[in-house]
Amino acid sequence: MIPGGHLLSVIIFFPALGALTLLFLRGDDHVWIRRLALVISLAEFGFSLMMLPKVVIENKAYQLQEFGRWIKDPPINYHVGVDGISLFLVILTTFLTAISVVASWVSIQKRVKEFFVMLLMLQVGVIGVFLSLDLFLFFLFWEVMLIPMAFLIGIWGHDRRLYAAIKFVLYTMAGSILMLVGIIWLYNVTGTFDLPSIQQALQNNPQLLGSQTTERLLFLAFFVAFAIKVPLFPLHTWLPDAHVEAPTAGSVILAGVLLKMGTYGMIRFCLPLFPDASHHFAGPIAVLAIIGIIYGALVALVQPNLKKLVAYSSVSHLGFVVLGLFAFQQISMQGAVYQMLAHGISTGALFLLVGMLYDRRHTFEISEFGGLATPMPHLAAFFLFVALSSLGLPMLNGFIGEYLILLGTYLANWKWASWAALGVILSACYLLWSYQRVFFGEITREKNKGLPDTSARERWILVTMAVVTLWMGLGSTYITRRTDASVTRVLQEMKRNRPYEAAAPLAPAAPRQNSDVTRNLPERSGTR
Amino acid sequence: MNGAFPSTMDLYRVLPEMVWCGFGVILMLLQPFTKSRSFLNAVALVGTALGGGLSLIASAYYGPGFNGLIQMDSFSTFFHVLVGAVAFLVVLAAGPYLEREGLESAEFYALLLFATAGMGVLAGAQELLTAFVGLEMSSIASYILAGYRRDTLKSSESAMKYFLLGSFATAFFLYGIALVYGATGKTALDQIALASADASTSSMMKLGLSMILIGLGFKVAIAPFQVWTPDVYEGAPTPVTALFAAGPKAGAFALLLRIFATVPAATHFWFWAFWLLAIVTMFAGNLGALLQTNVKRLLAYSSIAHAGYILVAFAAVTAMTEGGGAAGTPAYAAILFYLLGYAVVKIGAFTIVSQLGGAGEKHLSLDDYAGLSQRHPVAAAALSLYLLSLLGLPVTAGFFGKFYIFKAAVNSNLIWLAVLMAMNSIIGSYYYLRVIIVMYMREPQSQPESEPTLRFPLAVNVVLAVTAIATVYFGLAPNQILKFILQPNLLGNLR
Repeated sequence: MIPGGHLLSVIIFFPALGALTLLFLRGDDHVWIRRLALVISLAEFGFSLMMLPKVVIENKAYQLQEFGRWIKDPPINYHVGVDGISLFLVILTTFLTAISVVASWVSIQKRVKEFFVMLLMLQVGVIGVFLSLDLFLFFLFWEVMLIPMAFLIGIWGHDRRLYAAIKFVLYTMAGSILMLVGIIWLYNVTGTFDLPSIQQALQNNPQLLGSQTTERLLFLAFFVAFAIKVPLFPLHTWLPDAHVEAPTAGSVILAGVLLKMGTYGMIRFCLPLFPDASHHFAGPIAVLAIIGIIYGALVALVQPNLKKLVAYSSVSHLGFVVLGLFAFQQISMQGAVYQMLAHGISTGALFLLVGMLYDRRHTFEISEFGGLATPMPHLAAFFLFVALSSLGLPMLNGFIGEYLILLGTYLANWKWASWAALGVILSACYLLWSYQRVFFGEITREKNKGLPDTSARERWILVTMAVVTLWMGLGSTYITRRTDASVTRVLQEMKRNRPYEAAAPLAPAAPRQNSDVTRNLPERSGTR
Repeated sequence: MNGAFPSTMDLYRVLPEMVWCGFGVILMLLQPFTKSRSFLNAVALVGTALGGGLSLIASAYYGPGFNGLIQMDSFSTFFHVLVGAVAFLVVLAAGPYLEREGLESAEFYALLLFATAGMGVLAGAQELLTAFVGLEMSSIASYILAGYRRDTLKSSESAMKYFLLGSFATAFFLYGIALVYGATGKTALDQIALASADASTSSMMKLGLSMILIGLGFKVAIAPFQVWTPDVYEGAPTPVTALFAAGPKAGAFALLLRIFATVPAATHFWFWAFWLLAIVTMFAGNLGALLQTNVKRLLAYSSIAHAGYILVAFAAVTAMTEGGGAAGTPAYAAILFYLLGYAVVKIGAFTIVSQLGGAGEKHLSLDDYAGLSQRHPVAAAALSLYLLSLLGLPVTAGFFGKFYIFKAAVNSNLIWLAVLMAMNSIIGSYYYLRVIIVMYMREPQSQPESEPTLRFPLAVNVVLAVTAIATVYFGLAPNQILKFILQPNLLGNLR
């Protein structure tokens, strides 16, 4: 047993224990329910921070591993571990959950106990997904997480919540059930569900999967599930509905963490397990990612609904992450991991702010606002700060991720990078334009005149978010140093396992070769 | 053992059936003497439990009984315990129901016990005519049970439909036996298996096997022989519906599996039939369920869909046994585990439905379930658990059931079948979720006046607790069950 004991298990199951404790409180004792939920989520955040000193930076392997037998036949084990990629995603999860608890302090007034129980159970599922090293266990958490999220949307959401909840579940389930078939298929070939063992088996015998077609089908089975979650264009249509209808805390977790489960799945499973297929599909995927970047931004530009605007900006930003992953460059993948975290913070903050506006005016329509900077200067200032971080202003967190992604993508294919860069410009357009319409100008509505500025509780939330944003922008090396080894490992694993296209170089082309997507593919198949 | 009187050994091997029938007779005799519902209920409980328990003792005497008419092996023990447990839970849940509806209890329990005995015979039958007797025992009792609320139109309709179509199916089954006998000159499965290649591939044999499949397919609600299911499930008293969903299905599937495992001709001949029927059945069930607003009908269609899932595993068996030997074991295990998880869940779900239905079973539409989470949080939570298990979400029995079937299908390279099953699971998730969403996310309609306070009787709570715990237990630790199912000599007569 590696030192660290059962820290990861504690991190996974502590919220479940907390949720159980909450169940024992009286349902109408809202004050104590909130307090206890806050204590639990803060403690959980503390536990997750305890991983930091224990994780060895240079170590490429999974750390703090725990292993226990669960089911003998088929061999399903409780195997968890953390590496540089999952480390910060877990911390992001615990952080955003704690923030969400505070953010829901007054806005959730009905069925308070259930709300916090669901929030904590959601946390269990999400953290389980990030820490599982057993495919079966991974799938289990992946599915379990659906239910609390659907409830969060369906019970505490806005008008069309039922529709949104069902759509969310059906979309995710459609992807995940195919992934289950893929997992079982993979098990059939390798005889194990254990991720490191499967990796090892594929390394020892690169021909294990049998044929190129098999590998591609398996890749797709996994990839589609993740792409729905990301969401990659054209599978994104559930996202605006889910976001707009979800309560603020739900949106924060959804955008901040749940979307990352998709990109995390890609970097954890798709790339290292099926490198050949990843290369094969990289072109089309990159094109879809770029379409998503531009399409998301354009739709955000014309959104009359502020929350939907933020939701579509997620489609755009997550497109960057996918693009960065499928450029297969150390830099771009580092950037992709960073962008996952940065997007979690800045979009989470945007949703919080939109939620605060909603608490005051009960609408998301931009046309209902205007000139809000006068009655609430603080909120306006925070909003501007967050918007700037989201559009990628240097020194704030959004910049680092997008910059690294574009840099790495440029190395792989300069055309991809130049198209994607459009997205950066567009994001400045939609964010600043919407900011202008909401906060500047004359106050057009009578109701907006007397709106209260941020309360002490809200200021606490926003200051915390702002500090993290700034810290991530300035001290980015603290994070990139820790993700470096794991990203390197993923790339190494990809290099080793390419039986069907042994000759193809890992870095496809130097920039000046100008190979675009359509030309790239026949070229590679020619080498076979 | 040629004497007219069976040996002790033989009697041991039909111990459960004897107990069930015996208690059935006792209950009928008791009826004139006592009006105490709780006493009759207790007797029936003892009977069902004793029968199921004794099958464990009978399992110490493995081997063929009555000159090979029946076979006592682990497989048969498994199904005896299963149908015994099903009957036990149904009796438990039926007590309060019969009282509420003002129905006679002694006859009800007696019929239920006879039906159970029939299912037991089905599970142990090693010879086709014996199987036929088992089928008739369980069917005839079922017909009467379906019409037990004879004052209501729906119940009578249910019984009539079940009876007419059921007799047709039985005739098919019988005719099939005759044809198989014509082709091979045998009715015992192990001897049919030894029939010459000529006989096994003769068209008479094939026709006979098809008819047997049709007859049994009717019982387990395989499309296109499923049309009776929604009407019968809807009209029958809900505890009886619970029994239908769990018991006869298990019994008929057991027989099907035994024929399948024993007679190679059937295995190969039926492969494409199962492949096709699985797809048709899954789609028929799931698409049908999408539009239902009556919870009982919805669950009926869901049980058609689940029969389809089980057929996927049947198709997988064939492909696996292609090489001969016991290679199909994982698929058998999948079927057995699935039936177990499914039975548990369906009983739990129908028990809740029978309670929420209120006097005369009036509140069966989805609208009546709106806001159930506030009126009766425990019922809502339990029903959600069952539905999630039917949907196949992890940490429930249903998930592992589905998982093992997937695994069997993928193992046999039936990837497309697995993918189609996956698509069906997605369709299925829609209507299961719809019920959950209605319960949790819709505001309650006007409070049904008949039940100002929703409180379940103790017996019902026990059923719910048992089924809910079992659902989660099988979902967390399927090991024990699998160990039993996967033992090498599960089927005493496996090739």
